[in-house]
Amino acid sequence: MILALAILVCIAFLLLVITLWKKRSPARLRDIPAYTRLIRTLGLSIEDGTRLHITLGHGSLLDARGSSALAGLAMLRIIAERTSASDMPSVASAGDPPLGLLTQDTLQAGYQAAGVEELYVPTTGRVTGLTPFSYAAGAMNISKNENVSANIMIGHFGPEAALIADASDREHVTLIGASDNLAGQSVLFASADDALIGEELFGAGAYLGAGASHTASLTVQDILRWLVVLALLGGTAAKFLGVF
Amino acid sequence: MRVFTAVIAIAAGVIVLGGYFFPALTPVQTLLLNWAIILTGFAALVGIFNLIAVHTDKVRRAEKGSLYSALLVIALVATLIFGLILRPQHSFMQVALNGIILPVEAALMGLLSVSLLYAAIRLLRRRMDIMSVVFIITAVIIFLGSATLPFGDVPVIGTLIRPWVSQIWALGGARGLLIGVALGMLTTGLRVLFGADRPYGGN
Repeated sequence: MILALAILVCIAFLLLVITLWKKRSPARLRDIPAYTRLIRTLGLSIEDGTRLHITLGHGSLLDARGSSALAGLAMLRIIAERTSASDMPSVASAGDPPLGLLTQDTLQAGYQAAGVEELYVPTTGRVTGLTPFSYAAGAMNISKNENVSANIMIGHFGPEAALIADASDREHVTLIGASDNLAGQSVLFASADDALIGEELFGAGAYLGAGASHTASLTVQDILRWLVVLALLGGTAAKFLGVF
Repeated sequence: MRVFTAVIAIAAGVIVLGGYFFPALTPVQTLLLNWAIILTGFAALVGIFNLIAVHTDKVRRAEKGSLYSALLVIALVATLIFGLILRPQHSFMQVALNGIILPVEAALMGLLSVSLLYAAIRLLRRRMDIMSVVFIITAVIIFLGSATLPFGDVPVIGTLIRPWVSQIWALGGARGLLIGVALGMLTTGLRVLFGADRPYGGN
């Protein structure tokens, strides 16, 4: 337990230090096609007067699945700020009521940051259903009926993501998808125009310019990944040599 | 106000996290988690009102698909009223559950299998690259290996190749992905704990 606490404190310290460092030096990020498409889609939707639909899945904020939704909220905040003055503002949906409330709060914060809070419409943040399938059915309805040019799925999705993907395909809507769930990831890999695999989901804020703390998170993840790789190799070698 | 909400959120986060490491904080941690559960239950009600507000607005503006929105609101309100009057254990409510809600969810699940098959067929048309080819070949191997013939497993594929692909390559890859996701969750959680990300009022 003490070891776990020590590791957590070290990671927190590392995150703080690297955040301060990243504030001074610009971040260099590797190219991820899904984010390149997302940034392009963002610009195109404003130009051609269509909506973006950001859907954050049905992960509860009371368990580990909420983290992917938090990453989605960070992205939503940036998208809301950039599309707030558009004729067709972005719509966000969620399959978990507390997440739906945070969606509204985040959209409003984006409008505030853009200085157009009076344009904010509370019904642009929605809870579309309380079970995975009813949520998916509600999200499908948005892409079909609300002049949406791109669906951005980022959060906790299971196989029901295929239904939203199918609806996007029928309406010729661009689909960018990311899930923290393995079944959801494989479905999105097969059905999305661009899918984010594994921890790429958590890079949304960094790639959209959300701030130094997001790019610092990616650096910390890289450092931790190397440590995990070393630990795995070390453990395998130790087992092979009969140390334990 | 924003500072106040941030202080509450950070303090609650630190106490709940601390409860896992320091037994003295466990009672406060339990109390906060109970509050969170109660608030989540209340948020479900707010979510339902949001759903009603969105669809009522669509009906009022006569937007595209407003007929379905009207049906949704009518069905929701009727189920709520009957549920309150008759109680969920009543036979009528059980019929509504077993005869309408469950079959509709099951139908969506059935539709899902068709959607997944269609997505796999479309994959090569959309993205003709090496990873897509590997994805399709792996799916075919797993399907063939899982299928049974009257005399048992499909020879070689079912007994040798499928276990090798699913238990070594796929499982190893899945663990790698899950470790990556866990690291992402950790740093995201820490950002919220530090107040760098504030989904509860903007920053």
